[in-house]
Amino acid sequence: MPVTSPPRPAPGAGVAEPPRPGRPRRGGRRATLALTCAVLLVTAASLALGSNHLGLGQVVTGLLHPAEDTGAIVWGSRVPRTVLGLLVGACLGLAGAVMQGQTRNPLADPGIFGVSAGASLAVVVGVYVADLTSVLALLWLAFTGAVLATLLVFGVAALGKGLASPVPLALAGTAVTALLGALTSFLVLTDESTLAAYRVWVVGSLSGRTLEGIWPAVAIACVGAALAAANTRSLDTLALGTELAQGLGESLLRARLVGLGAITLLTAAGVALTGPIGFVGLTAPHLARRLVGSGHARLLPASAAVGAVVLLACDVVGRLIGGQSEVSVGVVLSVLGGVVFVAIVRRGRMAAL
Amino acid sequence: MRGTLTPRLWATTLGAALAAGVLLVAGILAGSSDLGVGDVLHTLFVGGDRTDYFIVFELRMPRVAAAVLVGASLGMAGALTQAFSRNPLATPDILGVTSGAAAGAVATIVLGGGAYAVGAGLLGFGLPVVACAGGLLTAALVYGLSWRSGVDSYRLILIGIGVTAALTGVVNYLVVRAQLTQAAAATQWLVGSLSGVSWTSVWPVAVTLLVVAPLALGQTRALEVGQLGDDVSVGLGVSLQRHRLVVLACAVVLTSVAVSAAGPIEFVAFVAPQVARRLAGSSRPPLVASALVGAALVTAADIVGRALMPWPVPVGIVTAVVGAPYLIWLLTRRSSAERTASA
Repeated sequence: MPVTSPPRPAPGAGVAEPPRPGRPRRGGRRATLALTCAVLLVTAASLALGSNHLGLGQVVTGLLHPAEDTGAIVWGSRVPRTVLGLLVGACLGLAGAVMQGQTRNPLADPGIFGVSAGASLAVVVGVYVADLTSVLALLWLAFTGAVLATLLVFGVAALGKGLASPVPLALAGTAVTALLGALTSFLVLTDESTLAAYRVWVVGSLSGRTLEGIWPAVAIACVGAALAAANTRSLDTLALGTELAQGLGESLLRARLVGLGAITLLTAAGVALTGPIGFVGLTAPHLARRLVGSGHARLLPASAAVGAVVLLACDVVGRLIGGQSEVSVGVVLSVLGGVVFVAIVRRGRMAAL
Repeated sequence: MRGTLTPRLWATTLGAALAAGVLLVAGILAGSSDLGVGDVLHTLFVGGDRTDYFIVFELRMPRVAAAVLVGASLGMAGALTQAFSRNPLATPDILGVTSGAAAGAVATIVLGGGAYAVGAGLLGFGLPVVACAGGLLTAALVYGLSWRSGVDSYRLILIGIGVTAALTGVVNYLVVRAQLTQAAAATQWLVGSLSGVSWTSVWPVAVTLLVVAPLALGQTRALEVGQLGDDVSVGLGVSLQRHRLVVLACAVVLTSVAVSAAGPIEFVAFVAPQVARRLAGSSRPPLVASALVGAALVTAADIVGRALMPWPVPVGIVTAVVGAPYLIWLLTRRSSAERTASA
């Protein structure tokens, strides 16, 4: 029995208040402030910096007057990138936090439920069979593939030991991911024109995207975020272990369904918009956990903010280091993100799951 | 369910060994060229004409040997890392071995000349050595970076994630920037393939397995105790740091040599230990059984890929297509042993 729990409510008075596994840190407010500043800063940087050199004043003029030349650059290229970067980064960070909470595994990233693999396979099939290239078509393909793959993983886990233990879920996800990945490689190796389209899509990029088609993705992401918010308390309870969670009156089936729904929708929206950008979902929760502790009421929004900052910052770096032919955000993210992540892990003690 | 030598584990080990043996023979008998079973037997025991001899002794046998050895190495390496970190998702990949090897190989392919160099390199010397060195160096880097008066497995995993991501980024960048033929060659290598394997690429894997497997098996008891947690291990007299170093070094060496011979057949190290553990009903992946399951899996996948398909399919693709549904099927079965032994 957890001795730290508050006075127990009368039987039948609803779900008992779970003890918070991660105590809110004293620096919580400071962390919020820092994250807000970081988001604003990186947004400003993303609007101001790029391969076309514009002064700050020109950028502001451009923002205010969309019809002029600078306005075309700002509204045609920088604003969509910024919006996409923030949106996708937040989606992936949030999805990663829910994912790691659900599986209680530090190696779990949103791709583990087959979401990215399903999206990739769908895109490759679309390109291979029907030569689809339009952004909107790929977006819907990716989304459909992502959802189907997750349903498959979920079905496998539900058929077996059920959804109680997180281990079969993670294993089923990895198995399905490998299966879909193998089929993708097979198609890509068979047809070089598919490889040509695929190798660009799979890296993940924010460039050349417009805001066309963003609204359905925004709607999907919002539903996902709402589900994640609804899952907050369950995630805290699940952190105590499945049995204890059940003892505390948590409905495992509902907790899993809501959580997986959130992960699927958030990741699918992200992957559909920019391609499978992997690293954010994996690392943002680890970084956020260091800032705000492991209580999910703080961890979820913090992970979203960290994800947005990291993704957009890497995109800005990619624009600057490549000159006219910029390096796509997926590459910068893995290389730079990997190095920075290692440095952070080395410096401090990471809060374990 | 504890202890290493349960009857069920014996049965699993024997069964996997038998399966690997049968597949080994089948692999020599079957192939794409229309050489009948009778012809092969005749060549083996009586002696055939020069073409038959070449096909059997210089094409099929090294290939089957490579499949068995690579599968066994990857299976055992996976069992080591999964048992060591008590995490079923922790394959040797997370130590950066695969990504380091991939970075080395893809850099050689993309920067070191055209597609011809790749074909020649796979057969010959250059690429495997670079890949192996890349794997070993990266693993050493991950280990070194995680060292802070000792290596803690959680920190090691996180550092591995970071380093792997960085190198994967480099690989992706190289593939995107390469000419399309080189990108195709790189993709082919990244999938994992046994085509073009000769005896020269089999010997290093065989020697490595012979040297490393006994070392790894010497850690069985420490791994067993390790399932109970680090504190218990220390209490029972396990020297944690040395144990960790030996286990990781074994996994890393096995993986890098295997990857240098056949490319990253990534899925084997994950699936073989999980299948072996489920079949044996043990609380951690059993080392020998995992190696044998890995050997059987890769050999079977190779046979399917070269003999049963209309055109040759790389073994890395078939392993996932064969292995994933099997693991999924195992996962969907309810078994009472499962409940007590979730990894």
